[in-house]
Amino acid sequence: MKKEKKGWKEIPIGLVLEGGTSKKFETGDWRSDKPIWDPKKCTHCLICWIYCPDTAIIIKDGKVQGIDYRYCKGCGICAEECPPKIRAITMVREEK
Amino acid sequence: MIVARTGNEAMAEAMRQINPDVVAAYPITPATEVVQLFASFVHDGVVTTEFVPAESEHSAISACVGAAAAGARVMTSTASQGLALMHEILFIGAGLRLPMVICLVNRALSSPINIHCDHSDSLASRDSGWIQIFSENTQEAYDSTIMAVKMSEEALLPAMVTTDGFIISHGMERIELVDDAEVPKFLGERKVRYSLLNVEDPITLGALDLQDYYFEHKRSEIDAMNHTLPIIEKVQKEFGDRFGRYYPIIDEFMMDDAEVAVMAMGSTGGTTKVAIKRLREKGKKVGLIRCRIYRPFPKEAMLKTITKAKVLGIMDRADTLSTLGGHLYSECRSILFESNKRPLLKNYIYGLGGRDISIEEIEAVFDDLLMIHKSNKVDKDIVYYGVRGE
Repeated sequence: MKKEKKGWKEIPIGLVLEGGTSKKFETGDWRSDKPIWDPKKCTHCLICWIYCPDTAIIIKDGKVQGIDYRYCKGCGICAEECPPKIRAITMVREEK
Repeated sequence: MIVARTGNEAMAEAMRQINPDVVAAYPITPATEVVQLFASFVHDGVVTTEFVPAESEHSAISACVGAAAAGARVMTSTASQGLALMHEILFIGAGLRLPMVICLVNRALSSPINIHCDHSDSLASRDSGWIQIFSENTQEAYDSTIMAVKMSEEALLPAMVTTDGFIISHGMERIELVDDAEVPKFLGERKVRYSLLNVEDPITLGALDLQDYYFEHKRSEIDAMNHTLPIIEKVQKEFGDRFGRYYPIIDEFMMDDAEVAVMAMGSTGGTTKVAIKRLREKGKKVGLIRCRIYRPFPKEAMLKTITKAKVLGIMDRADTLSTLGGHLYSECRSILFESNKRPLLKNYIYGLGGRDISIEEIEAVFDDLLMIHKSNKVDKDIVYYGVRGE
């Protein structure tokens, strides 16, 4: 559905918006490479979560649950930082 | 209270009486004293301001933007290279519609490096969305500093008030100060639409704004500038009603029957008034148009004023380096395009890098303009007045 855009008289003065607007900005469609998380290999060290420049590693009760593909830009830092002996995250080509 | 103050001291006194919530600044000649004196007011507990001595002008104005977004009443002071270093953030402050005031001491921009007055610094910031007020003397600088806080907060646009470097900033004059208690009463509390520090109601400020909304936000900012002149007029009237000193948008001096006129900004206005008085004694019909509010440019009022004269000499203390002459000249030429009544125009670029302009030299400008009036012909449209080798 296409949203109707507002005219200049209808927008708030001075670029003020409600808080947390980055939630609405789903950057996942920027991705050309995609991280695949293997729950069998993962030790839940959370290094990927620390290094993720976005908030794309989903955590629940201190454990990795998966990748939030709505926001993951596919930078590959999580796969790079996952300890070499574990390698629970691998990057694959995004298919669209 | 009548006191003797330099321009810098007067601006610092105004800041003391305004008692802003935040002052963030970095010193630069010839504006150093403004914040140096203010820093002593902070040290002595005379004001309750949070004083931020920043590591550069870029940081100083950035801190001002942040503090203004938090809801604070904010001021700073700078000159020349300092304003140039602030340039990037000037546009951000205006685009975010944040009120704040810079006490700007006009100084020539490098290169060549120089510390004396011309208007190249503030005029280079003319398109940044700031209100610009030029002062003829110390009294006006003091009064305008107080008024600018109110204008800025009502227009939701930042403002700079200028003095001519050294000529006003370091020249001592007799001025009348408003009572300390009257300034906060005149200004009232800053009305805040939002605060970055309000965790109960978090906001996003200055979000990325691409093809879909940038134009709309810019259009809204342009509209604000288009509606700022009535606010400036209103504040000037309120100030006059309360303190007895009324300021115009454009300062006209002996213009009612003037055949030839000079237009100028800053302290040259005062020098020109003396020249006019001398020439009037000789029966010459000469007058002055002093552009006091430079941004927003008072298009309609200016057109009405300049078409009173048959010949107008526009004195610009900066050049646009564009082949078009000075700032005032090219803008006045532009507004005259649709007028069926057009005075003959001549542009005098003068006083760059603090080159002195004397009463006699302005009398000579008037003589030149009277000759043009007589011959009805402009010999040369742009001249560099007072430069060697012309």
